[in-house]
Amino acid sequence: MSVSPALREKYEAVIGLEVHVQLATRTKIFCACPTGFGAQPNTNVCPVCLGMPGALPVLNKRVVEMAVQAATALNCTVREESIFARKNYFYPDLPKGYQISQYDKPVAEHGFIDIVLPSGDHKRIGVTRAHLEDDAGKSIHDGFRDSDKYTYVDLNRTGTPLIEIVSEPDLRSADEAYAYLTELKLLMQYCDVSTCDMEKGHLRCDANVSVRLRGAPQFGTKAEVKNLNSFRFLKQAIDYEIDRQIELIEGGGRVIQETRLYNPDSGETVSMRSKEAAHDYRYFPEPDLLPLRIGTAWMSEIRGGMPELHPVKRARFITDYGLREYDADVLIQTREMSAYFEEAARVGGDGRTAANWVMGDLAGALKADSKEITESPVSAARLGELIKLIGSGAISGKLAKDIFAKMWTSEDSPEAIMDREGLRQISDTSAIEKILDEVLAANPKQVEQYKGGKTAVAGFLVGQVMKASRGQANPGMVQEMLKAKLS
Amino acid sequence: MNVASLTIDQVRAGLRAKEFTATELAQAALDFAAAENAKTNAYLHFSAERALSAAAEVDAALGRGEDPGPLAGVPIAVKDVILVKDVRNTCASRLLEKFVAPYDATAVQRLEAAGGVIIGKANCDEFAMGSSNENSAFGPVRNPVALDRVPGGSSGGSAAVVAQGTAVVSLGSDTGGSIRQPASFCGVVGVTPTYGRVSRYGLVAFASSLDHIGPFARNVRDAATLLQSIAGRDPADSTSAFAPVADYSGAMTGDIRSMRLGLPKEYFAGLESETGGLVEKGIAALRRLGAEVREVSLPNTEYAISCYYVICTAEASSNLARYDGVRYTSRAAGANSLAGMYRETRGEGFGAECKRRIMLGTYVLSHGYYDAYYIKAQKVRTLIARDFANAFKEVDALITPVSPFPAFKLGEKLDDPMQMYLSDIYTITGDIAGIPCMSVPCGATHDGLPVGMQILTNHFEEAAMFRIAEAFERNGGIAAA
Ligand SMILES: [Zn+2]
Repeated sequence: MSVSPALREKYEAVIGLEVHVQLATRTKIFCACPTGFGAQPNTNVCPVCLGMPGALPVLNKRVVEMAVQAATALNCTVREESIFARKNYFYPDLPKGYQISQYDKPVAEHGFIDIVLPSGDHKRIGVTRAHLEDDAGKSIHDGFRDSDKYTYVDLNRTGTPLIEIVSEPDLRSADEAYAYLTELKLLMQYCDVSTCDMEKGHLRCDANVSVRLRGAPQFGTKAEVKNLNSFRFLKQAIDYEIDRQIELIEGGGRVIQETRLYNPDSGETVSMRSKEAAHDYRYFPEPDLLPLRIGTAWMSEIRGGMPELHPVKRARFITDYGLREYDADVLIQTREMSAYFEEAARVGGDGRTAANWVMGDLAGALKADSKEITESPVSAARLGELIKLIGSGAISGKLAKDIFAKMWTSEDSPEAIMDREGLRQISDTSAIEKILDEVLAANPKQVEQYKGGKTAVAGFLVGQVMKASRGQANPGMVQEMLKAKLS
Repeated sequence: MNVASLTIDQVRAGLRAKEFTATELAQAALDFAAAENAKTNAYLHFSAERALSAAAEVDAALGRGEDPGPLAGVPIAVKDVILVKDVRNTCASRLLEKFVAPYDATAVQRLEAAGGVIIGKANCDEFAMGSSNENSAFGPVRNPVALDRVPGGSSGGSAAVVAQGTAVVSLGSDTGGSIRQPASFCGVVGVTPTYGRVSRYGLVAFASSLDHIGPFARNVRDAATLLQSIAGRDPADSTSAFAPVADYSGAMTGDIRSMRLGLPKEYFAGLESETGGLVEKGIAALRRLGAEVREVSLPNTEYAISCYYVICTAEASSNLARYDGVRYTSRAAGANSLAGMYRETRGEGFGAECKRRIMLGTYVLSHGYYDAYYIKAQKVRTLIARDFANAFKEVDALITPVSPFPAFKLGEKLDDPMQMYLSDIYTITGDIAGIPCMSVPCGATHDGLPVGMQILTNHFEEAAMFRIAEAFERNGGIAAA
C-alpha cells in the first residue's frame, strides 16, 4: 500500500505513543524475587508474584525512586499522592486476574520531551502521564511437544516493574514518532532507570494513529497499533497505518476505533479487536496498597541523585572538550559510549583525540567483532593511556594504530606493548640525522630537484626516512630537519 | 483433663503441674474433635502432624525449663481461609478442594511462635461469604448449642469448635460480621480487631479493605491473649498498622466505673423482642457496674448494608479472579477454548453465593456504573466512619446488639439472600469503619439460644473494649443487672 505524496499532503497524521519501560531494579515491584532474564521458567517466583491465595503486595522502594527520576527526566510533575489501581482481566499469564497499575492518580503527569526533527527543527512533545505497574508473565504457545494442545506459562517476568509513559497526540509523522522514542530511550538510559533493550522487551511501544484533513480542527478516529518491537517496525507500522487510513477515507470508508497488530513479515497492520469488544478493565483503587506519598525531603534526595542527562552532557562535551556538535551528538548516543569517551579523554588528557579514537578505530574494531562498547577488550582507561602516549610524542598516530590492534588481543598496557615491540618513536636528533644523511646520500637526484625549487619532493624523502626507521622516526622532526639540511 | 472446658490459664497450669503434656493434650483434643465432628461438621480437616510436632516442641521447651509462650500447648482451630503451610486450605470451595497452602499466614506464624498448637481447619462459608455457614461446599456446620440451627457465618466452624470445646480458642475472619455474628449464635466471645491490627498476609482475600482476622474464645481473657499474640505490624501487609499493641491483660481491671457508653438509637429499632430484652439487660448490668450510659446517634446507619454490598462485592469480584483453573485450582475437563475453560471451571467450582457476589461486584465496577455505585459507596463509607468518630468524641464505647435475632434453623433463610444479609445489619458498620468490635455472651432466649452483646470502641482501643467485656463477664453477665 502506498499513497501518493500529494494525497499524503492533503492529510495530517496525529500520533500518540504509549511506551512501556522496564525499570532496572534488582527485585520485582511487589515482592523480593529477582528480575533476572534467562532463568529457568517459573523459578524466580514466590507466593506474591504467583498470585497465591492470601499473598499481598509490598511496594519496592527502589521502583519509586526510579519513577521519580524518570519523571524528572520527562519534565513531569510528580504527584505528592498517587494511587495504585487494579486493572482487571483474565489471561493465563496474569496470575492474580488483575494487574496492579495506576489509573486516575498516576505517579507523574504534565511533562514533555524535546525532539530534534530530521530538518534540524526542534519540537516539544507533551507527556500526558507516567504510571507504574507490574508486568504479566509469558505465554509460550509453541516449541513444546504438545504445543498443539497446550499453552505453557512462565511467570518469571510477572511482577517486573514497568513505567508506562503516555504522550500527548502531538506527533505528526513516523519520523517524529521515531525521534520521540529515540529521545525517550536516551532519557531513560541516562537517568539509569532502564536498559531500554528492545530485544529483551525492556522497551515496548504502542501507537495511537489517526488522520484528518490538513487544517481540520478535530482529530479523526484513532486505531491503536500494537507490537512495535523495534524502531524500524515503529516507523513502518505508522507509515502503513497512515496510508491505510487515507486510502480508506479516500475510498469513501470510515476508520473505526480498534486495536490493530503490526505484522513485521507482511509490513501490514491487521485488526485485533474492535472498540465494542474492548476490555472493560473495571479499574478500582488497589485496597492492598496504601496511597503512595512522596514527601518533599525524599523527592529532593532522589532528585539530588539524578545522573547527568544527555542534553546537558552534550553541551558540556562541546564546551569542556572542544568537540564539534556532530561528534558530541554521536558520543551521547548511548550512555555507555559517552561514559567511555569521558574516561578515555580524562586519562588521555585530550578530548578531541579521544573522540576521534572512540568514533573511529574503536567503533570500527567493535563493529568488526560484533561487540558492544561495554564488551570492548580495550578499556576506556587503556585507550586513554594510548592517547597520552600520542600526546607526549612517544608514538606517532600510525604507530598508535598498530599498538591499538595489539591491545585488542592482549590485556597489556600500550606502553608495555610499545616497549616489547620496540615501537617507541625515535625523537633523538642524532639518530634521525644519521638516517636522514643515509637517505640523502642514496637519493642525489631528488636532492637536486628539491634544491632546484621542486619542494614537493620532500614528501618522498620523508617517506624514505620513515621507511628506513621502520616507521618509528618522529615525522615532524624528520620534516623540520630535512628542510634545515637542504636550505 | 476435660478438654471441652479448658481455658488458656488452665492449660498453662496443667502443663506446669505436669498434669498432662502438650502432646497428650493435643492428642486428646484431636481425638475429641474427630469424635464431635460427626455432629457438627465444624472441622473440614485436621492437622494432626503439625499439631503433634508443635506440641512436641512445647514439651521440649518446657523440659529445658524455657517458657514456650503465652499460648503454650493451647489447642487452636484455624478457619479454612487462613493459610497453614503444608495443610490443605479449601476456603470451603470445590475450586480449592485439593489446594495445600505453600506458606504460613503471619497470624499462624505468630500463634505458633507463642506456643499454640493448630489442630485443624474450621469449616466456613465458601470464601467467607455468608451468614449461616450453609454456603460451604463441604456441608453446613450445625450449631453445637442446638444442632438443628446454624452456627452463624461465615466463621461458623471457628465459633462452633470453641462452643463445643474441641478447641480452646480459634481464629476466624470477619468482613461484615463473620466473627461476631457466629460468636453470638454459639454463645462464645468473638473479636474483630481494628483494621490493620492483625496482618492479613495469608488470609485468603474476600474484600481486602474489610477483611480482618480475629479470635474466638470461651472467655474474654482468652480472646485477648490470642489477639495479643498475633497483633502488630507486619511488613508483609502494607495495610498493617505501626501503632504499638496495648497490654490487653493489664487493661482488664474489672473496673468500668465512669466509663461512658453510648447506645446508638438506630440499632435498637426493629429488634426482635427477646434479643432486645437480653441486650437491655446487658446494658442494665453495665450501668450497675458503674458505667455511664447515654443515647447517641449514628445517622448514616441505614445506608450501611447497601454500602457494604457494593464495596465487598466489588473487591470480591477482583479477589476471586485468580481462581481460574490455570494453576492451583481444580480445572473443568473438556473445555476446548480458553474462555470455555474459565467459564466451566468457575461455573462448576463456585457456589451460588460466590457467583452472586462476583456478578454484583463486576457490575458495580463496570464502565458507566462505577461512579454511581463504587464511588458513591466509598463516600457513604466515609460518612459512616465519621458518624463513629463523632460518637467517640462523646463516649468511650458503643453497646449494641450483635444480630437482630438468635441462631435460626438450617435452611430457614437460604432462599432469601436479603433476609440473610440483614442478619449482619449491626455488625457491618464496624467493618466499614475499621474499628474494633466484639461479641460477648449476653444470656440466652427461653429456647436456650445464646444472644450476644456488641461492644465497639475507637480505632486501636481494643484495651478499653476488653475492659468492658471482661468486667461484664466477671460479674456474671446479665445476671449482674
Ligand atoms: Zn515474587
